[in-house]
Amino acid sequence: MLEIKNISKTFNSGTINEKKVLSNVSLTLEDGDFVTVIGGNGAGKSTILNLVAGVYPVDEGKIIIDGNDVTKLPEHKRAAFIGRVFQDPRMGTASDMWVEENMSIADSRGHRRGVRWAITSKDRERFREQLKLLDLGLENRLTTKMGLLSGGQRQAITLLMATLKRPKLLLLDEHTAALDPKTAAKVLEITDRLVKENSLTALMVTHNMKDAIAYGNRLIMMNAGKVILDVRGEEKKNLTIEALLEMFTKASGAEFASDRALLS
Amino acid sequence: MQILLNWLDTLPGAVSQGLVWGIMAIGLYITYKVLDIADLTVDGSITTGAAVCTVMVTNGENIILAMLCAVIAGMLAGMLTGLLHTLLGIPAILAGILTQLMLWSVNLIVMDGRANIALSRLKYGDKVLISSGASDIYVTLGILAAIVIVIVLLLYWFFGTELGMSLRATGNNLDMSRAQGINTNFTKVFGLALSNGVVALAGSLLAQQQGSADINMGRGAIVIGLAAVIVGEALFQKKTTNFAIRLLFVVCGAIIYWLVFQTVIFLGLPSEYLKMLSASVVAIFLGLPYLKTRLGLKKKKTEGKTNA
Ligand SMILES: Nc1ncnc2c1ncn2[C@@H]1O[C@H](COP(=O)(O)OP(=O)(O)O)[C@@H](O)[C@H]1O
Ligand SMILES: [Mg+2]
Repeated sequence: MLEIKNISKTFNSGTINEKKVLSNVSLTLEDGDFVTVIGGNGAGKSTILNLVAGVYPVDEGKIIIDGNDVTKLPEHKRAAFIGRVFQDPRMGTASDMWVEENMSIADSRGHRRGVRWAITSKDRERFREQLKLLDLGLENRLTTKMGLLSGGQRQAITLLMATLKRPKLLLLDEHTAALDPKTAAKVLEITDRLVKENSLTALMVTHNMKDAIAYGNRLIMMNAGKVILDVRGEEKKNLTIEALLEMFTKASGAEFASDRALLS
Repeated sequence: MQILLNWLDTLPGAVSQGLVWGIMAIGLYITYKVLDIADLTVDGSITTGAAVCTVMVTNGENIILAMLCAVIAGMLAGMLTGLLHTLLGIPAILAGILTQLMLWSVNLIVMDGRANIALSRLKYGDKVLISSGASDIYVTLGILAAIVIVIVLLLYWFFGTELGMSLRATGNNLDMSRAQGINTNFTKVFGLALSNGVVALAGSLLAQQQGSADINMGRGAIVIGLAAVIVGEALFQKKTTNFAIRLLFVVCGAIIYWLVFQTVIFLGLPSEYLKMLSASVVAIFLGLPYLKTRLGLKKKKTEGKTNA
């Protein structure tokens, strides 16, 4: 479903702030893979997701989604294939627009936006049904401004928006990191359900090793711009945090540097 | 008593001016509020609208056709600003200033090198839509009000469509818009074109109202438009989120602006102070939210302490 072929990325190339973040990274996701991604701060996890989404171009390499070479496509065109949820709950929705307006914008993802009236009563009913499934009481708040909702509510709606038009690929970048533990657990549960129900292919970055082990069918660990661990199936199910930390030390030759990951 | 009556006499004219500038302010609202871009193109495009309309009418063209061409000219100007901004990466404010300067030349060329061209109903019979004459003031008010209502309804419809939604999203959250597949360069150019089309329409009406097109008539237009938007939003804030009604509030803002303006003139303030007055009012209103958040922040900090 997703083929990342030998991509490299250097920021601020040719300046004093030059920073080589990724060099020759390759990764292939099968149809239906739900991959959790862990790694220390600055490992390049977000950079990979942003390169796949087209936020900035790759220096070298190719990105292929479901057989389509998207390497040269601008971000908004790749959006036809990709659903995204960000770390900052404010980033995924338009705060000054209503819940139903946000959902309608997501509902048009992947087709040309014309002068068709955006929200019909049928659409509204459909949005309401979807929101009901979140079980957060949002089905009665279709005309509430997004900015008035809590971070967890916004992330849950952003998730819905990312999957409303079934994406070929779902990219989640620490989408529960800004939430309190209880809300984070709820949003993760919704994530898992949406991925399973729609049999989505997903990449989920998390700073929580326990979640990385508990969710998905495959786990990759990154360090200093490289994929240093890739486990799947039974082997992944049997992983423990201790084993992960040990593997990290062995593969990278260093202690796992993130306090956050240890704490959670 | 006589003074009061004299003052009352000036009011219909002020309302008429308010309606024309209300249309201009609606155009500005599209960039300033919806797209979150401060677009200085408008100082030029309002004159472009006036110039195109006036020249065409004095050449014997139909007034409706002339106004339509004014709108198209304004849209092209907005599009140019949009392209300078999105294709060349020039900051929106600077892109607007560049277009505005180019329009100065364009407007002079359109006006055949003349700084002022007269356009009065007396001279051209029924060739204009609204009149500069005081005797027809109520007809003028009616026509202007009808135009305002049509524009508001059209924009209300447009911003409820998928394309209109994508413009609103662009102004609200660029990251989200792109992630949802919106070509934000396109929506920005589109919004700037739409906005300047409306502004040029206001320009064509302004020329008819004043009875002339003048190369300098757009100077400071953005400040008057901003004043209308700000007054409209401030006076009627939080009463509604309905887009059509918000646009009508902006028009009310423009009318209030001109009523105050006329009254100040009537009370004898020399007209050279007027631009200073407008700019000061806008500066104060623009600065208020900032001052409020600064004070608000302090409040929050103390709240945090009591909670901890
Ligand atoms: N737009 C950017 N410009 C310059 N440096 C960047 C940019 N984005 C990320 N970086 C740098 O690249 C490295 C990897 O960042 P990132 O992919 O965000 O790491 P993480 O694995 O924590 O998500 C970091 O050192 C970061 O500072
Ligand atoms: Mg990151």
